[in-house]
Amino acid sequence: MAPVISVQNLGKSYDSGTVALRDVSLDIEQGEILALLGPNGAGKTTLISSICGLVTPSSGRITVGGHDIAIEFRKARALIGLVPQDISIEPFEKVINTVRFSRGLFGKPRNDAYIEKVLRALSLWDKRNAQTRELSGGMKRRVLIAKALSHEPRVLFLDEPTAGVDVTLRRDMWQLVRELRDDGVTIILTTHYIEEAEEMADRIGVIDNGRLLLIERKDALMKQLGRKHLRMQLTAPLDALPGTLAGRGLSLADGGHSLIYDYNTQAERSGITSLIADLAEAGISVRDLDSRQSSLEEVFLRLVEEGQA
Amino acid sequence: MNWQAIRAIYRYEMARTFRTLAQSVLSPVLSTVLYFVVFGSAIGSRIDAVEGISYGAFIVPGLIMLTLLQQSVTVASFGIYFPKFIGTIYELLSAPISFIEIVIGYVGAAATKAVMIALIILATSTLFVDLHIQHPIWMIGFLLLTGISFAMLGFIIGIWARNFEQLQLVPLLVITPMVFLGGAFYSASMLPPFWETVTRFNPVLYLISGFRWSFFGVADVPVGVSLAAVLGFLMACLLFIGWIFRSGWRLRN
Repeated sequence: MAPVISVQNLGKSYDSGTVALRDVSLDIEQGEILALLGPNGAGKTTLISSICGLVTPSSGRITVGGHDIAIEFRKARALIGLVPQDISIEPFEKVINTVRFSRGLFGKPRNDAYIEKVLRALSLWDKRNAQTRELSGGMKRRVLIAKALSHEPRVLFLDEPTAGVDVTLRRDMWQLVRELRDDGVTIILTTHYIEEAEEMADRIGVIDNGRLLLIERKDALMKQLGRKHLRMQLTAPLDALPGTLAGRGLSLADGGHSLIYDYNTQAERSGITSLIADLAEAGISVRDLDSRQSSLEEVFLRLVEEGQA
Repeated sequence: MNWQAIRAIYRYEMARTFRTLAQSVLSPVLSTVLYFVVFGSAIGSRIDAVEGISYGAFIVPGLIMLTLLQQSVTVASFGIYFPKFIGTIYELLSAPISFIEIVIGYVGAAATKAVMIALIILATSTLFVDLHIQHPIWMIGFLLLTGISFAMLGFIIGIWARNFEQLQLVPLLVITPMVFLGGAFYSASMLPPFWETVTRFNPVLYLISGFRWSFFGVADVPVGVSLAAVLGFLMACLLFIGWIFRSGWRLRN
C-alpha cells in the first residue's frame, strides 16, 4: 500500500542560519502510530510543521495521501489534523464554537452530531458552553485535540501531546489514540518521554540535530539494539579480575561483590556458557544472577551519543 | 475556493464583534455624538454655512469617514494580529485554504463591522441635523469601497506588526491626522492656497470629498477622481496582499 505520508530529502534552514532539518526522508504507513523521539531542538516540530504547511521547506518533497503539499495543498491539508505543542487557543470563545470553527476552516459542512461525539469522547461535552479561558490546562489540551479531530482527519499529528499533562489525562489520551488508530487514523506523535513511545508506537523514529538517525519497528528496534545486562553476585568478593578473565568485557561492581557482563542479545553467541566455565575454572562461585534488557531510553541515549560523536 | 472556510472565519470574527458589542459599537457612536455636540451644535452654530450647507450637516460625511477608516483599519489589523499573538494562527496556516479565503474572511468581517458602525452614526446624525442624501447609491458605494480597502490596509498592518505598539501606531499616527487634515471639518477651499495644494497630496481628501459629494452634490475634487483614488488604493492593497501571500512574509518563517 502506498504510504499515507512520504517525505523525501527534506531540508529546512531558517533565516537566522539555523539548520533545523538535513536531508530527512521517511514514509509513514496508513494506520500506524509513529513516535518521533529526540531531544529538545532536534527538529521534530520543524518536521511536523513542514508536513502541515506551517513552515515552508527549503528543499525536498512531501506528499500526504499522494498529494504534493506544495501543489495540491488543499487536498493534502484536508487530510491532516494537528495538535500543536503550545496551548494556543482563542480565550474568549465558547468551546463548542471554537471546535465548529475548526471544522468549517477545513471545508466541512456543519455537523453537530459529529462534534457532539468528539466532545463527549474527550469529556468536554459538559464544558461546551464555557469560554476556553475558564478551563484548566489539561482541558485546554483536550479542546485542541477536539479541534484537530473536528474535520475527521485521516492523519493526526500530536506534537508533545502529554507534556505537562497529569497521569490520568495521559492514560486517557493514550486510550483515545489507540481508538483512533483502530478507526484507521494514522498517528504521528513527537515526544521526549521514552515511556510514551514504548507504550504507544508501532514504529519509532529518532531525530537529533536535524537528522533522522533511524526509523524502525519498535520491537525490532528493541531487539536489534537491545543489550542485556547480566549481574552476577559473588559468594566472595574479588579485589581484581583474574588474568584468565581479562578481555571478556567483564567489570567489577559493588566493591568486588558483583561481576557485570553486558552482551548483545542478537549476537550469534552470547558467550555465557564459556563464561560460566571460565568462572568455575578460576574458582569464582556465583551466589545469584539476574539479567535485564536495556530500555528504549538507553537505546535512545546511545543513538544520540553516537550521532553526536 | 473553500467557501466553508470563508464562512467560518467571517462568522467567528463577527461573533467577536457581537460578544463585545458595548465597546465595539457604543464607543465610536458616543465619540461621534460628542463631535456633533461640540463642533456641530456649540461651535457650528456660530459658523456660516459652507458652500450653502449648514456646518452641522457639512461635517457629517467627514465624521462618518473618520470612524469608517479608524474602525476598518483597527478591526482588521487586530483580527489577524490576535491569532498571531496568541498562537492560533497555526490553524489558519495548516488549513486547506489559501490566503484568498483568509483575506476575504477577515477583511469582509472588518469591513462589515466598520460599515455597520458608519450607518449607525449616519442614523444618529439625523437626530442632530437635517440630512438629505442626493446620491444614496454612490454613498453606499463609497462606504463599501472605502471600508474594504482600509480593512485591507489594516490586514497588512496586522500581518506586519510584531507587537501591540506597532499595531496601534498606524491608526493613531497616520489615519487620524490624515482624516483631520483631509477636510473632515472644513472644505479645502477654505484653506490658504499653499495649504490647499498640500492637502491635495492627502489621499483621504479624495475619499471625504467624494463621500461628501454623494450627500450634497458639492466636492473639493471631481467625483470621478475620488472614485479613481479609492479604486487605486484598493488595487495597491490587493497587490501588496498578493505579494504577502506568495512570499509568506512574516507568517511562514
